[in-house]
Amino acid sequence: MSSLTSADASSPPSPPSELALSVSHMDVTYRVRGQDRLALRDVSFDIGRGESYGLVGESGSGKSTAALALVRYLPRNGRVSAGSVSINGLDPLSMGPAALRDLRARTVSMVYQEPGRALNPSLRVGRQIAEVFEIGGQSSGDAMASAEDMLRKVQISDPGRVMRRYPHELSGGMAQRALIAMALAVSPSLLILDEPTTALDATVEAEVLDLVAALRLEFQTSVLFISHNLAVIAKMCDRVGVLYAGELVEEGPAWEVFGQPRHPYTVGLLRCIPRRGQRKDSDRLDTIPGFLPSPGHAITGCVFAPRCALAADRCRASAPPFFAVSDVRTSRCYFHEKAPDLPRATPASIPSSGADGADGAGGANGAGGALVKVEELSKTFSGGVRALADVDLSIRRGETLGLVGESGSGKTTLARVLLGLTAPDHGSVVTLHGTPLSPDARRRPRSVLRALQIVFQNPDSALNRRHSVRALISRPLSRLAGLSGQALRDRLAELISSVRLEDRHLPLRPSQLSGGLKQRVAIARAFAGGPEVVVCDEPTSALDVSVQAAILNLLADLQIREQATYLFISHDLGLVRYLSDRIVVLYLGRVMEVGPSETVFAGPHHPYTEALFSAVPSLDGQRPSRIRLTGEIPSAANPPSGCVFHTRCPRRLPTGVCESTEPPLLEDEPGHLIRCHIPLSELRTIQRTESAPPAQEGYSAGG
Amino acid sequence: MVTFLLKRLGLMILTLWILSVIVFLAGQVLPGDPGRAILGPFAAQNAVHALDDQLGVNRPLLTRYLSWVGGVVHGNLGISYTFRSPVEPFVRAALINSLKLAVLAFVIVVPLGIIGGVVAALYTGRWVDRVISVTGLSLSTVPEFVSGIVLIVVFGVALKLLPVTASAGAGASDLSQFRHLLLPAIPLVFVLFGYIARMARAGTIEALNSDYTRTAILKGLPRATVIRRHVLRNSLLPTITVIATQTGYLIGGLVVVEDLFNYQGIGSLIYKAAQDKDFPMLEAGILVIGVVYVLATLVADLLLIALNPRLRAGSASD
Amino acid sequence: MTDIAADPLEPSGTTLGPGSAEAVAAAARATPAQWRLLLRKPTFGVGAAIILFWVVCAIFGHQIAPYNPLAQQLLSANVGPSGAHWFGTDPLGRDVLSRVIVGARDILIITPLATILGTVLGTALGLAMGYVGGAFDLVAGRIVEAVLALPSFIIAFLFLVAVGPSTGSLIVVIGFVFTPLIARTVRAAVLTERHLDYLSAARLLGESPARVMFREILPNVLPAILVEFTVRLGYAVFTVATLSFLGFGVQPPTPDWGADIAADYIGLVSGYWWQTLFPALAIASLVIAVNLITDSIEQVLAA
Repeated sequence: MSSLTSADASSPPSPPSELALSVSHMDVTYRVRGQDRLALRDVSFDIGRGESYGLVGESGSGKSTAALALVRYLPRNGRVSAGSVSINGLDPLSMGPAALRDLRARTVSMVYQEPGRALNPSLRVGRQIAEVFEIGGQSSGDAMASAEDMLRKVQISDPGRVMRRYPHELSGGMAQRALIAMALAVSPSLLILDEPTTALDATVEAEVLDLVAALRLEFQTSVLFISHNLAVIAKMCDRVGVLYAGELVEEGPAWEVFGQPRHPYTVGLLRCIPRRGQRKDSDRLDTIPGFLPSPGHAITGCVFAPRCALAADRCRASAPPFFAVSDVRTSRCYFHEKAPDLPRATPASIPSSGADGADGAGGANGAGGALVKVEELSKTFSGGVRALADVDLSIRRGETLGLVGESGSGKTTLARVLLGLTAPDHGSVVTLHGTPLSPDARRRPRSVLRALQIVFQNPDSALNRRHSVRALISRPLSRLAGLSGQALRDRLAELISSVRLEDRHLPLRPSQLSGGLKQRVAIARAFAGGPEVVVCDEPTSALDVSVQAAILNLLADLQIREQATYLFISHDLGLVRYLSDRIVVLYLGRVMEVGPSETVFAGPHHPYTEALFSAVPSLDGQRPSRIRLTGEIPSAANPPSGCVFHTRCPRRLPTGVCESTEPPLLEDEPGHLIRCHIPLSELRTIQRTESAPPAQEGYSAGG
Repeated sequence: MVTFLLKRLGLMILTLWILSVIVFLAGQVLPGDPGRAILGPFAAQNAVHALDDQLGVNRPLLTRYLSWVGGVVHGNLGISYTFRSPVEPFVRAALINSLKLAVLAFVIVVPLGIIGGVVAALYTGRWVDRVISVTGLSLSTVPEFVSGIVLIVVFGVALKLLPVTASAGAGASDLSQFRHLLLPAIPLVFVLFGYIARMARAGTIEALNSDYTRTAILKGLPRATVIRRHVLRNSLLPTITVIATQTGYLIGGLVVVEDLFNYQGIGSLIYKAAQDKDFPMLEAGILVIGVVYVLATLVADLLLIALNPRLRAGSASD
Repeated sequence: MTDIAADPLEPSGTTLGPGSAEAVAAAARATPAQWRLLLRKPTFGVGAAIILFWVVCAIFGHQIAPYNPLAQQLLSANVGPSGAHWFGTDPLGRDVLSRVIVGARDILIITPLATILGTVLGTALGLAMGYVGGAFDLVAGRIVEAVLALPSFIIAFLFLVAVGPSTGSLIVVIGFVFTPLIARTVRAAVLTERHLDYLSAARLLGESPARVMFREILPNVLPAILVEFTVRLGYAVFTVATLSFLGFGVQPPTPDWGADIAADYIGLVSGYWWQTLFPALAIASLVIAVNLITDSIEQVLAA
């Protein structure tokens, strides 16, 4: 690695032959409507042989643009306007077409986000992989054999069958594995991964990431890993570069950067992510104030200054150079030493909620009685797809019930049944305050509609793009709350300010708002009628990390203020843990475990829960136990017999009872139920002994 | 897949049934007395009545419909008012003639349109694309009778290159027939070219911008291979469905073209029947056209199934 | 720096950059800006100008035309373009220019009305099928698909022969023939909206089906309807001209481009090209104008 002087980092790079990738002062410009806009500015980083480098950033940071620029696959209006790139000593930016093709075929490979769409739907999978070998000169027969070998290497069992399949017949995880096989087939020097697992379930993601890590060692490939997920980057990469608004603001070994960040942006970003032990009541997430700068505006001074609490005139006057934090770390901040002490934008503890603090939120968050109950809830779709099977749940007044599950778990179906958007099977009962509810929302009285509302995942879909913000929020005020005239206007103003929107947003349409603002509108709409229960269906998964924190804080605030009860659905365990009082774990439509949040996290757990926790990468360090599930999630149209989890369960009993009989719900502590044949005491012992002594404790934010 | 096929067949039968109802009802709207029309204005009234009875004109609507359908299914398409003889042989001969013309037009326009559209897509935004798109657009906006007239004047009369009538006469050689059919086929080609090229262009552009094309390029495949194996294979699928539905326009155009070029096809048969108010002939002609068109779309659907793996295989995940 | 942009395999499109929030926001501009874009497009300008010209001819034709289009002057029959007759005369000595000008009237009355009729009916049907769904959609859908499987020109022709061509019957028949096609497009547009969550949100407010269809869904499918309308309009012009040519459209002696061509094209053999060319150009210009407008609208909506 190049050694850096304290103030200036333009020292000569290492000899190119040592580096798989060297990017030097690269600018990437897009031409939009006749004007040039800089998407990347003065970006420099190196990746050594066999090294794994992570590029982390939120949307608009330019991370994907960087990847495309390296292989010269920018859109027609984009170009590398300054700087140089060297891959294995070759310069892709000035190559002719034949050389570029050769580079792409032999030296660099890319794997993208949506595996299903990255494969030609009209060709068999095997053929597409074999193509890579054919370019390398093999005959078609040899190429097919090599392709099958590669499939085996990516741990696809029965590769022969997969070879003959068409892409639409593969699951997401399988398709991504095939794409990785294709990428690594020629043992490239550089493998670029752009959000490769974002679209995959947690347990599948864990397997794919493990696979990438193993193959990287085997093939001695350098890796450029691009993601918005800091935990994944921390797990997979040796070094990391943090991108903000097209600039690299900090760089260094991954664990160091995340453990002791030295740039205000990195500090702020890390504080947005809930950590183990952090709870909404005691330790609120911090946020990053302000907004991303719109691309292309001429920026004087530090690009992060407008949002930085440490910013001084110096920062706004001239852009800081790279400072060496250590031999191996740099930070682009005049105040990098003070960065960890960045003042919080949001106070950590919530102010006492005043008079109703005590019993408003049901006191200890859920000590109130059951508000909503579902009993024997089943839902089978036409075609025999069993989305839910005999689910019993109660949601207690004032609590946040976290609902966790991967695809096929039935969590969205559950929410829809609750709300009356999908009718459950006969015999299912949904009650509110003890009164059974009609399965169809259209037949529910207004009082029930008022009481049960939802915040959807995707605000682009959830808000009618032809309606103004004012119309979107006023409608439920008049329909559900029965307000009109001045009363309506007053309440509208109140709602707007409670979600931290402003009057000037009212006449705008959703398309004119950012993702975070749109979701605020959706939240305001959900609360307009004064609901008792609000279902939050992945409310932040479409948002950037920094925006996510603000929305979660908002939800927590509103819960206290409006005395609401939440059903919080998410695949993100960190969020669930931060926000929820109790947790329900669903797998293939059945409840696997339910209990108070910390108890479920502490153990003993259902083997599936255990695997889930083990699968999710965390900034808090390696999980004690390391369970990997094999295979794919079974199809809900054809669920396994007995315990639906038995096909992937690492703790399946040898007696065969798991295959034949549905397990009972065993109670570990009051309120903590686990659906398993294994006696709980045994489970507890096994899970405790298998966990290694806590390894690195992880890094506390801002540490 | 089998269910898909069965559904298609069911739909086809439904379509044919609705067609028969429409044609039958249209006939019932027509004023006039069939007996009178057949026997002429000078025939005696009671002879007209007798013939009417024989034809079953006074029976209830439903009965007449059923017997008409029954007749059709057995090949009895009615009696022509003009010729006072069964319609069936006229229709059969006309249909064969029209098929020759239609097939020729198709054979010319489909490859031309596809190639034009693909080339336009590969050079999107550049002059080749503009030229092809604008040409296609302009040509397709010119009604067949206009282009037909222009062609007759230019090639037939002024330059005397090609014959201006479409029928070569009985017993003519294939080449001679082809020469005669060429000019009439061209207006049909003009109208269809624009549409087919546009669909092919749109499909190809979509395929070019897709993720899988990106994968293919970044694999380092040569350009020709990417286009051939990845782009075209996916872009032509939607184009095929569209081509089948184009036979509808083709058929409409036949009426005009056959009239202009004096060709005894089903189009001119219908036209003449309309002018003569020979309703049995008109109905039979339209019925036959409808059947042919429905069959053509069925063939297109079958082709689509054969070519689209998603419709063929199942979609179980592993 | 790179010139591989010349290679059609390089990614096209003018995105701001993949995945950027700005790009997404830019893609969904509010409608007022779209209208401004539309007006600035040359294709729209040309198309609108041509249509405007013909509309003026249709309304003020009799005032503008130099001669009475019906006035026969057998002594000046088949005269070529000259100072007195810019477009020459037809076999009955009628001034071709006047006939072309006044000939715009019927076609410009029939085609928009027929298209509007078809669009209104088709939209209502498509909205109902798409939103209500269920048995209604199943049955209506099958009927629509079945009807669409028939060549529409032939069906229109059949009914016009049966009922007898007149302005009214042309409007009604063509309008009805368009209805299933438009219904299908509207239904498809509604279906793409159907899975969006804002409709679920409306259900959770207890909104009535009518309100959902007209206040929630309709505004979102209007662009698709607009495009469909203009496409059908072009086809309507085409169809009416062809029907008139065949004698089943506008009836003589009313001036009509298609009918006039039918009557006069024999004259081509004798070299009387002006009697056919000018009406043909009129037809072509109108159809092209409508198509230009369709194209520009599509471009603006796609941007």
